[in-house]
Amino acid sequence: MDKQTKGVLFDPLFNNNPIALQVLGICSALAVTTKLETALVMSIALTTVTAFSNLAISSIRNYIPSSIRIIVQLTIIASLVIITDQVLKAFVYDVSKQMSVYVGLIITNCIVMGRAEAYAMANKPGISFLDGIGNGLGYSMVLLAVAFFRELFGSGKLFGIEIFKTVNDGGWYTTNGLMVMSPSAFFIIGGMIWALRVAKPSQQEKE
Amino acid sequence: MLEHYLSLLTKSIFVENMALAFFLGMCSFLAVSKKVETAIGLGAAVIFVLAVCVPLNQLIIVSLLKEGALVWISPDFATVDLSFLSFLVQIGTIAAVVQVVEMAVDRYAPALYNALGVFLPLIAVNCAILGASLFMEQREYSLGEAAVFGLGSGIGWAMAIVALAALREKMRYSNVPEGLRGLGIAFILTGLMAIGFLAFSGIQL
Repeated sequence: MDKQTKGVLFDPLFNNNPIALQVLGICSALAVTTKLETALVMSIALTTVTAFSNLAISSIRNYIPSSIRIIVQLTIIASLVIITDQVLKAFVYDVSKQMSVYVGLIITNCIVMGRAEAYAMANKPGISFLDGIGNGLGYSMVLLAVAFFRELFGSGKLFGIEIFKTVNDGGWYTTNGLMVMSPSAFFIIGGMIWALRVAKPSQQEKE
Repeated sequence: MLEHYLSLLTKSIFVENMALAFFLGMCSFLAVSKKVETAIGLGAAVIFVLAVCVPLNQLIIVSLLKEGALVWISPDFATVDLSFLSFLVQIGTIAAVVQVVEMAVDRYAPALYNALGVFLPLIAVNCAILGASLFMEQREYSLGEAAVFGLGSGIGWAMAIVALAALREKMRYSNVPEGLRGLGIAFILTGLMAIGFLAFSGIQL
């Protein structure tokens, strides 16, 4: 693996994370993270869509008139999301039901659009594909981390398997109700951004 | 009947607030909430686009995409089900409406256009718009309900972003830890606002 490939694949994980740094695509990051299972499915779906939309857009980038490029990109992305949605409905129906509208919302996920616009429009298909995977992984990492805390402390489980025995089942762990509700996701991501920026002061915002 | 619509309206504004209960439209919510003035502009544009797009999508889904909806062309189409196309059609409608709104505002209200300027095209990819449309489809709202729901969601979203912008303007005078400045504190503020909005849950008219 040469240096450029490595950079494209792994930079989005820590140095240039799409969620923590660029604040892209957090809508779904917050909503599907009550359980690790949904978060994992969402991560896989988003990584696939980003990678293939980058590949498709990059291969026709020289033929897209710039005045209608947004609508062309949206059409490609929407078609890929339709395929993803159909696949999810066919193979993991329960999870796809829980994720409800958030699968469809991958279309407007800013990571997909952002990478198509910023990277795929200016680079060759192969490297754009890798860029899509890299950014998808960066997104997945944050998503899984948030889901880990929310499921562990919210219901004492990981992937549905009991870790802390809850009081309701005669154990010792009192579940934290806040973790299951929406606000906790904001606090966790806010905290993660804080930690990341303390570790890397160059990323702090000056006002 | 009126009560039903009124209850749907309050529900979509407060209880099921697009931004604070469903996290929709977060990207622009956090990026454009630094000043109250711009937040009001974006909020107004979102209200307008939502109030137009949601009922329009409802019409398209019911009269073109649903199974058996095409019977009016020929009885042979009674079994045609195009609902798998709904994502593509909805995002197309939204992009088209945003484009039309942009041109109309530019032509007839140049002052408003200058104020909204950059935000109008951004709205096409605002998840709150597509999200509301998808919720409308999932809950099978009628045309009237869709119109009320679209308007209510827009008002709720606009209210949330204006409130956050006001808070962030005040935050400038506070001593926030360095790593938390900007984005980090915005997340935590939004979280606290979301807790506040949880108080509305269960309200029924």
